Amino acid sequence: MSFVGRSDAERRAMLERIGVPREEDLWASIPSEFRLSGPLPLPAPLAEYEIARRFELWAERNADASRYACFLGGGIYDHFIPAALRSIVSRSEFATAYTPYQPEVAQGTLQVIFEYQSMIRELTGMEVANASLYDGATAAVEAAVFAAGAKGRPRVLCSTGVHPHTREVLRTYASAGGFRLEEIPLEAGRTAIGPIASAGNDVAAVIWAQPNFEGVVEDGAALTQAAHEIGAYSLAAADPVALAILRPPGHDGADVVFGEGQPLGVPMSYGGPLVGFFAIRKAEVRRLPGRLAGVTVDLDGKRGYVLTLQTREQHIRRERATSNICTNQGLMALANTVYLALLGAQGLRDVATQCLERAHYLADRIGEIPGVRLAHAEAPFFRELVLRLPAPAESFARAALDRRILAGIPLGRFDRTRPNHLLVAVTEKRSREDLDRYVDTLASWAKAHAGRPREEAACRS
Amino acid sequence: MPELTLHELSVPGHRGPRLMPLDVPAQGIDRLLPADRVRKEPAALPEISEPTAMRHFVNLSTLNHHIDKAIYPLGSCTMKYNPKLNDEMARIPGFAGIHPMQPDDLVQGALAVVAELHEWLRAIMGMPGITTQPAAGAQCELTAVLMARAYHTDRGDAREEVIVPDSAHGTNPSTVHQVGYRVVQIPSGPDGCVDLAALERAISPRTAAMMLTNPNTLGIFERQVGTIARLIHDAGALLYLDGANLNAMMGLASPGAMGFDFAHINLHKTFSTPHGGGGPGGGVLCVRKELEPYLPMPVLEQDGDHYRWNVDRPRSIGRVHSYYGNFGILVRALCYMRSLGASGIGEASREAILNANYLKARLKDAYAASHEGPCMHEFVLSASRQKARGVKALDIAKRLLDFGMHAPTIYFPLIVEEALMIEPTETETKGSLDAFADAMLQIDRESAEDPDRVHAAPTRTPVRRLDEARAARKLILSWQDLEAEGAGG
Repeated sequence: MSFVGRSDAERRAMLERIGVPREEDLWASIPSEFRLSGPLPLPAPLAEYEIARRFELWAERNADASRYACFLGGGIYDHFIPAALRSIVSRSEFATAYTPYQPEVAQGTLQVIFEYQSMIRELTGMEVANASLYDGATAAVEAAVFAAGAKGRPRVLCSTGVHPHTREVLRTYASAGGFRLEEIPLEAGRTAIGPIASAGNDVAAVIWAQPNFEGVVEDGAALTQAAHEIGAYSLAAADPVALAILRPPGHDGADVVFGEGQPLGVPMSYGGPLVGFFAIRKAEVRRLPGRLAGVTVDLDGKRGYVLTLQTREQHIRRERATSNICTNQGLMALANTVYLALLGAQGLRDVATQCLERAHYLADRIGEIPGVRLAHAEAPFFRELVLRLPAPAESFARAALDRRILAGIPLGRFDRTRPNHLLVAVTEKRSREDLDRYVDTLASWAKAHAGRPREEAACRS
Repeated sequence: MPELTLHELSVPGHRGPRLMPLDVPAQGIDRLLPADRVRKEPAALPEISEPTAMRHFVNLSTLNHHIDKAIYPLGSCTMKYNPKLNDEMARIPGFAGIHPMQPDDLVQGALAVVAELHEWLRAIMGMPGITTQPAAGAQCELTAVLMARAYHTDRGDAREEVIVPDSAHGTNPSTVHQVGYRVVQIPSGPDGCVDLAALERAISPRTAAMMLTNPNTLGIFERQVGTIARLIHDAGALLYLDGANLNAMMGLASPGAMGFDFAHINLHKTFSTPHGGGGPGGGVLCVRKELEPYLPMPVLEQDGDHYRWNVDRPRSIGRVHSYYGNFGILVRALCYMRSLGASGIGEASREAILNANYLKARLKDAYAASHEGPCMHEFVLSASRQKARGVKALDIAKRLLDFGMHAPTIYFPLIVEEALMIEPTETETKGSLDAFADAMLQIDRESAEDPDRVHAAPTRTPVRRLDEARAARKLILSWQDLEAEGAGG
């Protein structure tokens, strides 16, 4: 298959019009030493059904959430995605358009961006949201760059309650010299305030997560106040589903609220494509990274939408742009928009409430299992919790596979001193049957490992 | 009537899809969360039924131009047809429903996809090192400049400048600045290619790298790329290929042979994954052997028929994405490559070149071409003649919309006055190219005979020309702003 429609007669006519005898003359400007001498060392084309068979066989070798009860989280969650959403997002009109450079023929895309910005603003409690970034981790980078630029200060403090991968991405970008990253620890599952208060006066920002990576609901007002007291910005990585019932960081006075938009109607898809959201105060709008849609009128006075404040962007401002981002995650922002429209105010609240209730049901039942403890038993949590098991969490995760359970994320992968800790996420899709099966599986595994407890060397919780 | 907003369509009490009932004992938010952590005012999201939502989005979708409707000749964007099987494969639950924190042995099929994609891309690029972690081209650029910095630092060599031609994409200088390096811009020569004398003057012991688009944004192959590579390497610097224009040379020429140390690929351009109204893209960064240790981690490794992510990479610059990049896009790209096979990949580039040259031949008498002679997969026209009659590139672009076609990229590259940058891609038929050329020629005639008609365009689009200055002056960026505006009169 080549996807090219061309007859020999057409080809001859085209070459004649161009005025060259042979096609090869068209790429004569490529010096011969760079030309490939023969065909690429790759296989021949396949028919659609041959390709489909190959991909289906590959897909069968993956343990996906349609065959396993998924308790994995850490920013990416197995939430319900309505069929109507898939239908809209797969429409050619949205999927095969590009950045709305000609707004007169891109009003669909532009209005979607505008509606997306409106709903992200509403959820976060902020004043302006952009049209999306790559993912939650790069949104954190943009927030740090934004703060360091606005404040003219070099240091950025990041709570270890922020996703470990996000902190890794921050470190990667910090090596470019735009800011210096320092981490502040958790105390009993929450970000410690003390290190912020004593950090000095050259801190641009404090980054924290709501809820944090270990599932705990932070005191955003106290963190924001502590940041502001040292003249720093408060940058909050928020879970968008949690914001339906949790006080949004914008109401706590945060200066940037950003995060991973995957929970709002985007498939987990092995961690990509994801989508980052980013919202700030209106006074700072000229420092905003990424694209932005705004309302205007056409020649007849009819309402219409355009990309606005483009002088912030790389295609106009080049090296003085607020960010180098060009292609973003538009189709995922559309998925977020459709998700929020379909679920609506009450629907999103129901999703969040069910996550909260089901997670607590699981936690309460797990609390009855001898040898298993909640790592942060006193701290409030939303849909995710850390268990402390009597033996390595990797061993339980493996055992749970036999019961068709993806049991959670062993935290030993991020911190070798915590091999027995397991991060467990519960969405609205986990039925009571799933939850009870989890508890039974964990209880029998814990019983089998109870006689030979292996304490962790240095437990932080 | 404009399409109402979701906010305007909202009716209190309307509901979309429902959840299953809560089948565990409800304890209540107030018992489970501290009062001061609970949201006081519910988020004012829309309340609409599923049929209303469906109509809203379908109505909005009909206002868009898209590649499944008609030609979309945006230069540098490679708007080719996106085969539908690709999307179907990415939606298989075994791909769409896997979590990125699953251990490697539970996602061997996904890793096999990534590994095979890497193998194909290595062959096409002629370069051994590869990462598919960046989300888009601009992130590949940033990854590469960070790697270049790490490479020089390892040699105890503090360098701070990156050379960028004046015809480069805006992301190049923007990236360099973001990494804390200085941009050294060099002019293009009269032939549209890098001016070697200017390049030699710009190269110094401070030069960390040079970013080069090849073919360049004028659609011209940089014949001197071998010399450029030698000059850059002699100075101890590294050469980066901005691969936005790879659709001109896959299967024809090898970037590795040209001496590039880094090369990026935009999967959403060359490998036909949907552009999604602005994304997601898919970024691939290929590197020479010596640079492999600096690649973002984790790196995919193969052990017999078992694949695993290696995070033990002490010289890696670190992660640049939350997980493994835009995996769903990688599935689509591999599916596309498998459809083309070795022969189809070369054919795609050859046909793209043929199409661009045919279109250029049909238009070059009416519009001034930036350069004589054959082009690669795209070419740049100038509307300078039309401008003398009072019709600018912008007017021509708007008038094209009335023909049901998308406009080319305009006012880029910056070095051509009134630039119209045209990239038809290989998936346009001769008929489609002829229709586009006919429209362009008619607009040229109109610019002489009826310029007002061009100035008034578009008139057949969902909205007419929009007041962009007003949008920037009076920022209305959400429903909330729109309401406040209404309330304020």
